[in-house]
Amino acid sequence: MCLAVPALVKSIDGIEAEVELGGVTRRASLMLTPEAKVGDYVLLHAGYAINVIDQSEAEETLNMLREMARLAKDDVE
Amino acid sequence: MRLADDFRNSDLAKGLIDGIHRNSTKKARLMEFCGGHTVAIMKHGIRQLLPSTIEMLSGPGCPVCVTDNSDLDKAIALARLPGVILTTFGDMLKVPGSRSSLQEARAEGADVRIVYSTLDALQIARQNPSRKVVFLGVGFETTAPTVAASVLQAEKEGIGNYYVLSMHKVCPPAIKAILDSGEVKLSGLICPGHVSAVVGSAAWDFIARDYGIPCVVSGFEPLDILQTVHMLVSQLEKGESRVEIAYRRGVTAEGNRRALETMYQVFELCPARWRGVGTVGGSGLRLRKAYRRFDAEAAFEFDPGPTVEPKGCICGEVLRAVKTPRDCGLFRTVCTPANPVGPCMVSSEGSCAAYYLYEATDER
Amino acid sequence: MSDRILLAHGSGGRLAHELIEKVLLKPLSNPLLDRLDDSAVVPFSGRLAFTTDSYVVNPIFFPGGDIGKLAVCGTVNDLSMMGATPLYLSLAFIIEEGLPLDELERVLVSVQAAAREAQVQIVTGDTKVVNKGSADRLFVNTAGVGVVPEGIDISGSSAKPGDKVILSGTIGDHGIAVLSQREGIGFSTRLESDCAPLNGLVAEMLAASKRIHAMRDPTRGGLATTLNEIASQSKVGIRIEEEKVPVREEVRGACEMLGIDPLYVANEGKLVALVHSEDANAILETMRHHRYGKNAAIIGEVRPDHPGRVVMKTTLGASRIVDMLVGDPLPRIC
Repeated sequence: MCLAVPALVKSIDGIEAEVELGGVTRRASLMLTPEAKVGDYVLLHAGYAINVIDQSEAEETLNMLREMARLAKDDVE
Repeated sequence: MRLADDFRNSDLAKGLIDGIHRNSTKKARLMEFCGGHTVAIMKHGIRQLLPSTIEMLSGPGCPVCVTDNSDLDKAIALARLPGVILTTFGDMLKVPGSRSSLQEARAEGADVRIVYSTLDALQIARQNPSRKVVFLGVGFETTAPTVAASVLQAEKEGIGNYYVLSMHKVCPPAIKAILDSGEVKLSGLICPGHVSAVVGSAAWDFIARDYGIPCVVSGFEPLDILQTVHMLVSQLEKGESRVEIAYRRGVTAEGNRRALETMYQVFELCPARWRGVGTVGGSGLRLRKAYRRFDAEAAFEFDPGPTVEPKGCICGEVLRAVKTPRDCGLFRTVCTPANPVGPCMVSSEGSCAAYYLYEATDER
Repeated sequence: MSDRILLAHGSGGRLAHELIEKVLLKPLSNPLLDRLDDSAVVPFSGRLAFTTDSYVVNPIFFPGGDIGKLAVCGTVNDLSMMGATPLYLSLAFIIEEGLPLDELERVLVSVQAAAREAQVQIVTGDTKVVNKGSADRLFVNTAGVGVVPEGIDISGSSAKPGDKVILSGTIGDHGIAVLSQREGIGFSTRLESDCAPLNGLVAEMLAASKRIHAMRDPTRGGLATTLNEIASQSKVGIRIEEEKVPVREEVRGACEMLGIDPLYVANEGKLVALVHSEDANAILETMRHHRYGKNAAIIGEVRPDHPGRVVMKTTLGASRIVDMLVGDPLPRIC
């Protein structure tokens, strides 16, 4: 349920934004995330940004996963 | 950092899979509530990568699958009214109602149009002032706020020919109903990622607290799901039951206040019929009196006809995870994606469709 | 002449002749067509390849092409997939009354350009005009004939265990380019349809090896459907690797947004070939040197197990079934 994808806010015009995902752009409504800024990544669902993605959390999660993968490799070797 | 691709990295997946295999000693029965998770799990073959201690079940988190025939019949009846343009998400087009489907109604002359967003439905309303544009509102707390926003936009612009037929539902009461029924004994719950982005992970606190079941809010990429399973296994092995967020980049404890306010400004809770579960109080969303003029149920005279359930279809039991698609006598024989009997097969994320399309039965 | 197509243009009278002579014949002119006889008569010897297709794409103009280019390329490609050298096409129009004349002219220019590139001739045709509402602006039907050289025997039922599966390039470009123009779903992209005639590419492939067993162009239903068809016809299993299937970033982005799987999206300028494993690398090299095979890749192989089934190894290393498409890929929220 709830197919939402990360999209980059390229420009904002009032309560609407141009968002980009892999080279494809679409207009999206920021009615539910008026705090979104150009350069933010938002979760795009059915034409609306339903949340602003926390990029620092994303990086932190990836770092943790990289650490896990490194430990797993070390165990094997 | 490339958000989607990074969370599909197979090297990082190995680390998580290793961790799960090493830590998992107790038998665990994990349910993913959200249909999107069912699809992600099947598409990436995640079941095959997990140890035999872990059993995965799919719950009724597919808003298309849980739409009752009576609701679908309403949509079809509305679509058939002269002058009506019925706009809908693609998911609903082929779902069979008591006698027909929106796709069949379209073939018979009804003006049924697929849209990606209510923004597109509003545009159709603006471009067709002499027609009545009805939007079929289906979806949980991820989608309902977007539909609410469209009503507010229509009100602001004075668009007088836009209506919503709401069959929106909210998740927590349904999860509670399933847990209360005692039919399935769960060790852990994979919580819906995008519903949680809106409602916040705090919405699931009652599950950990009152039922002692660990909950982890998951994203939809393969790494997200593996990380979630890893965290659930950790809790289980330690005998804990808390609500944790794996999908930290998208979900917080309090969710998106603005989205929730928008949703509750336009909608209010009401009882709703969930296919397979029955009527669950306080689980549906209907338009408030203040927005009645946008309510398709109030604005039109239509007769959906008597509700009929398909014989032999056990979608209800599959939705409650009491049975799996393989237990259904119609699965693959009569009921296929080309010829679906029940919504679990029609919906792209229904359990039956997922099993049919992705499960490499010969490989197992 | 009026600036729109009228019912009278299809009725065989003076107006119809004016349409043929002033509009249709000019761009397509060749000695056979110019005779305007009831049939074109051509000398022929050898094995005849014969195909037919109808085109109903909406919108008729899309990024990277139009219904005219699609019609020529689609027919040329159907012939090429059998190893045939395409020679002659027929072209029939069913026009909805009211179609602007300049749109028809644009389509004809495309037809001529595509025919010239593919080195085929349109030798016979037909025009009908129907009432408003009876056709979606313009429907096109074609038939095509070609000659299959001696020693070439390519068929969907000839794939053999051990064969390699070669895909000529990125998938999903056409379907997504067309989808981007649809009302209710619009998004912007620089993506263009991959619509192209593949007979040149096929000729080079056949020069590199005669052990091409099966070949098909994955149009409606996408790569997944085509591979399933071949697996079924040849009674073999096909195994592909997700990582090896080339997909453009824009196609991926659009598919993610709409919830569509690129494996099921239509292509109009791609082919998949099942070839003897010993010749696979040579064929691949040849393809990569051709304009329409730059992104060619070996994506999998044919197996004797799970006959009729296509299985894919996911990026995570697990296996999943890739079934045939059921219905159209629709944008979804779930």
